[in-house]
Amino acid sequence: MSVIGAYARALAVRTGFAQPVASVRHIHLAEAPLVLVPLRMAGEANAPLAAMAGTDELSGTLLVVPQPRDRDLRFAFAGLLGDLLLGYVERCAAAGSEPVKPPRTPRQPAGRPLPDSLLSGSPSSSPGGAGGAAVAAGPEGTAGAADGDLRADEDALAAAEATGPERFLDAPQVLVPNRAGVEFARLFGRSTRFRSTLGEYAVPAGVPLLGRWLTFLAQRAEHPGSSALVAMTEALTLHWATGQSALEDANLAALMAWIDPPDGLSGPEAARLAEDPRTWPPAGPTTDPQFDNRVLAPAIAAYDEAIALLREQAGLAGAPDPLLADPDVIDSRFRAADLGAARVWPGAPDAPVQSWLRARDEVERAVRGQIEPTWRLMWRAVRRLRELPDAASVPRRWEQDRTRFTSYYAYLRDEDGGLPQARRDGAVAAARRLAVLERELAAYEADQAFDDPLVLANQRVTGDAFVGTVVAAERDRRIANERGTLVTRPLVEVVTVDPVRLPIGTKVCSPARVGQTGVIMSLEPAADGLLVSLELSGGMGRAKVPPPGSVPDMDEVISYTSVLPDGAFSAALPAPEDTPWTHGGPPTPYEPTDGDAEETWA
Amino acid sequence: MRHEGKTEARLSRIRGSEPPRRHNARTIAALTSNPGCARRAVLDAAGVDKERLAERVGFPAAFGQSRFAIVRGNAFERQVKADGCAELLRLLRDLLALDLRDAAYTDLGADGSGEGLDARHVAARERLTRAPGGEDGEGNPGGEGNPDGALFDHPLLRLEVAGQAVYLEPDLVAFQHGGAFHVVEIKSFPVIDGQADAEKVAAAAVQSAVYVLALRRLLGRDDAVSHEVVLVCPKDFSNVPVAVRLDVRRQLIVLEHQLARLTRIDTLLDALPDDLALDLGQDGAGTPVMAVDALTAALGRVTARYAPGCLSTCELAFFCRREASGRTAALGIGVREELGGVETVAEALGLAHGTATPDDDQAESAAMLRTTARVYAEALGAMPETPAGGAAG
Ligand code: SF4
Repeated sequence: MSVIGAYARALAVRTGFAQPVASVRHIHLAEAPLVLVPLRMAGEANAPLAAMAGTDELSGTLLVVPQPRDRDLRFAFAGLLGDLLLGYVERCAAAGSEPVKPPRTPRQPAGRPLPDSLLSGSPSSSPGGAGGAAVAAGPEGTAGAADGDLRADEDALAAAEATGPERFLDAPQVLVPNRAGVEFARLFGRSTRFRSTLGEYAVPAGVPLLGRWLTFLAQRAEHPGSSALVAMTEALTLHWATGQSALEDANLAALMAWIDPPDGLSGPEAARLAEDPRTWPPAGPTTDPQFDNRVLAPAIAAYDEAIALLREQAGLAGAPDPLLADPDVIDSRFRAADLGAARVWPGAPDAPVQSWLRARDEVERAVRGQIEPTWRLMWRAVRRLRELPDAASVPRRWEQDRTRFTSYYAYLRDEDGGLPQARRDGAVAAARRLAVLERELAAYEADQAFDDPLVLANQRVTGDAFVGTVVAAERDRRIANERGTLVTRPLVEVVTVDPVRLPIGTKVCSPARVGQTGVIMSLEPAADGLLVSLELSGGMGRAKVPPPGSVPDMDEVISYTSVLPDGAFSAALPAPEDTPWTHGGPPTPYEPTDGDAEETWA
Repeated sequence: MRHEGKTEARLSRIRGSEPPRRHNARTIAALTSNPGCARRAVLDAAGVDKERLAERVGFPAAFGQSRFAIVRGNAFERQVKADGCAELLRLLRDLLALDLRDAAYTDLGADGSGEGLDARHVAARERLTRAPGGEDGEGNPGGEGNPDGALFDHPLLRLEVAGQAVYLEPDLVAFQHGGAFHVVEIKSFPVIDGQADAEKVAAAAVQSAVYVLALRRLLGRDDAVSHEVVLVCPKDFSNVPVAVRLDVRRQLIVLEHQLARLTRIDTLLDALPDDLALDLGQDGAGTPVMAVDALTAALGRVTARYAPGCLSTCELAFFCRREASGRTAALGIGVREELGGVETVAEALGLAHGTATPDDDQAESAAMLRTTARVYAEALGAMPETPAGGAAG
């Protein structure tokens, strides 16, 4: 909990409404994201009960497994959900692509012409603009380029290599209600990605692909700053602070009650109502135990009975069981009445089809009542988030998501590719991943503060950043560098009342002038605060006297932070094939086995 | 001794006409989650039914277990224990290096249908202490013809909780030749690729620690029972059981500390008014002995220590949360610390906005809060539009 967050919570308690802790939206929000609300059966590791999914509030598809313990129904459900997700993935891929700038090759032989595809990505076309320094080869030379190389982590390089010269313009963005929804995606991905569409245990074609894509999304979700798979509660708490605890914020309905209460109610009043499972069913994936016991269990039992009766009577008539060939997963895109007409038991016209359809309707109605409130809530939250403007670095981070999507899409299509993700990382891969995640987190946090004065406010309170007024500026100051060459190093003096806690010599940067760094030369008490003098370099062109505006001017209010996106790097790790024996030696690459596809589903 | 009798009498006066509510491993485990709360300590020691109390005062708890989960749990346990625990023996052989070629499986519960708890406990005690390595069985490995390892089902253990005997029944207890007893817990949450839900594992660890403690007390020796319990869960998405070791040393320390504290309950009682009662009973005519107002007032006389964590561990959470509204601790311990550790939200905002004067030891946090308020307002001023509510105050 940040100090600003804590203070905003206190304010929320007093006002009765959530308070902003961000002024811009730090996550990407697709024009038509895929909202997914999954439900599963309590007590089971892998028994989906239902899912509502779609990219439009008015046309969500509801899938319900009328008997979640039935293995065949689970596979059929996975197949249908797979088709939905794959359709969405394909639409993203079909939205077109753009040329990718190659990672900078440090020693390109001079004079040799670059191939067209490499040239096409000039720095100015980078969607991240000035902030998107990841692979920009600036004319300014070594300093900027070195930063760029460091920031373009090997993940991105590897991805760029795998991707080739193109990157999709769009990528899937899946929104689930909460952290447990992300976990559901991970586990359901894990349980389906190894299945095979051939052989004795063949499953519908969509199943293993669903598994691969859910796993891809769940893995992306671990990367700070990725918007590929987002838990709505987390997206909201990134931008608003409520007057309740973080634990209570995990309840989507209660959280939205503080952010966007119904007319005439205060946040806490609405939140109390939202906590009552009878008013607001839980956002899943686990359902309300009382609902399970009082409504769902009897409905499922009645369904089982109706099916048994149907099979019995149809069996007597010697008819084949159409539900064996076409497992009975409820799909809201087909009306039950049509289904009844289409599925008259051949050869057994007297079979009690109606009671089966009624039991089926009953399960659907019960589940719909639990899932729809959350579905609507998700879209309300989407609209609320959309009111915030994109943060400046959102396009750059989303570009990373698009890059990963492009390369994974290509991998699945590749002749030698398409293997499911391994069960577990090897030692080096795991450590490497942790290092990457750590670095991404630091970069993401620095980005947020850079993009958003409300986030920067945290650093101001802790003394890592400050905002002040320029009281002196020596724009044309020139000094000799270590080689004796005269270089332009303007000096500015800033008066601040913030409690600066930075030692002399600290490197700082201002969100107002990305690319320009300052070094703190002195800190002195001033009449009303602290006088900080800074020596500036970079970001002012090559003229002896920097053009006006390129350097802070008198009376300008400016912020400086010591938390820079490039601040955190960890020690290099060996390549996977050089894993020391102390860590298990080089991992054997993942080889799928027949056993994978046959893994038992209880 | 006289002293203890006095405490007992006092606790029973608080409880009034109702029989004491029995603890079980789960309620004992819950004692460790908010050890600083006097309200719960007193209610638990007195054996007041907190669930019913919460309901009576208008804040029913939201706990409940799905029928589906119960069915699944029972089915898995039945499967693991089928055929005299055949499957489990195979797992334990690998995990504990038990030599169980002809391991003895003893069911200490099955035939005792008519027996009382006490009798069953005595029988279990008998049988367990006779196992080689038990206090009487030392150096007498052939004594009961015990083979190298043994597995005991349904042993009834006993633990003193606040002067009250509580009977506990771990899923299984395994004995390892030349080693120690291991508590075996069967849980139906899965271990997928070697990983399980951290929260569920944590809960299982505390619960198992309760059994370890009870078994140690029964055998009279700490080293007779391993601090490593065996957790048996379904593997991946199947029904196939997998066994893993779980170190519960930390949980044991907390548990012992908390139990010791409960036995010193009289210090807490001394601070309470003599006539305190939370009687949930009814008189002959079916009228509650205590009205809702009286119950609520009585609850208010015992100091609580609400924290958001209570919501998942204590039946009184909704009541205590309401009582704690406006307190910084109700927002979470981290928030409270960020707000300089002050008690109430009003106080924190007073310091932040300069309307309250800080004590000497608050000077530093007050300065920090003032900076926070100023910086927040400044940053908010730079926002494109002020959303509903704004930063009033
Ligand atoms: S809910 Fe109330 S009684 Fe229970 S532990 Fe928390 S503060 Fe104590």
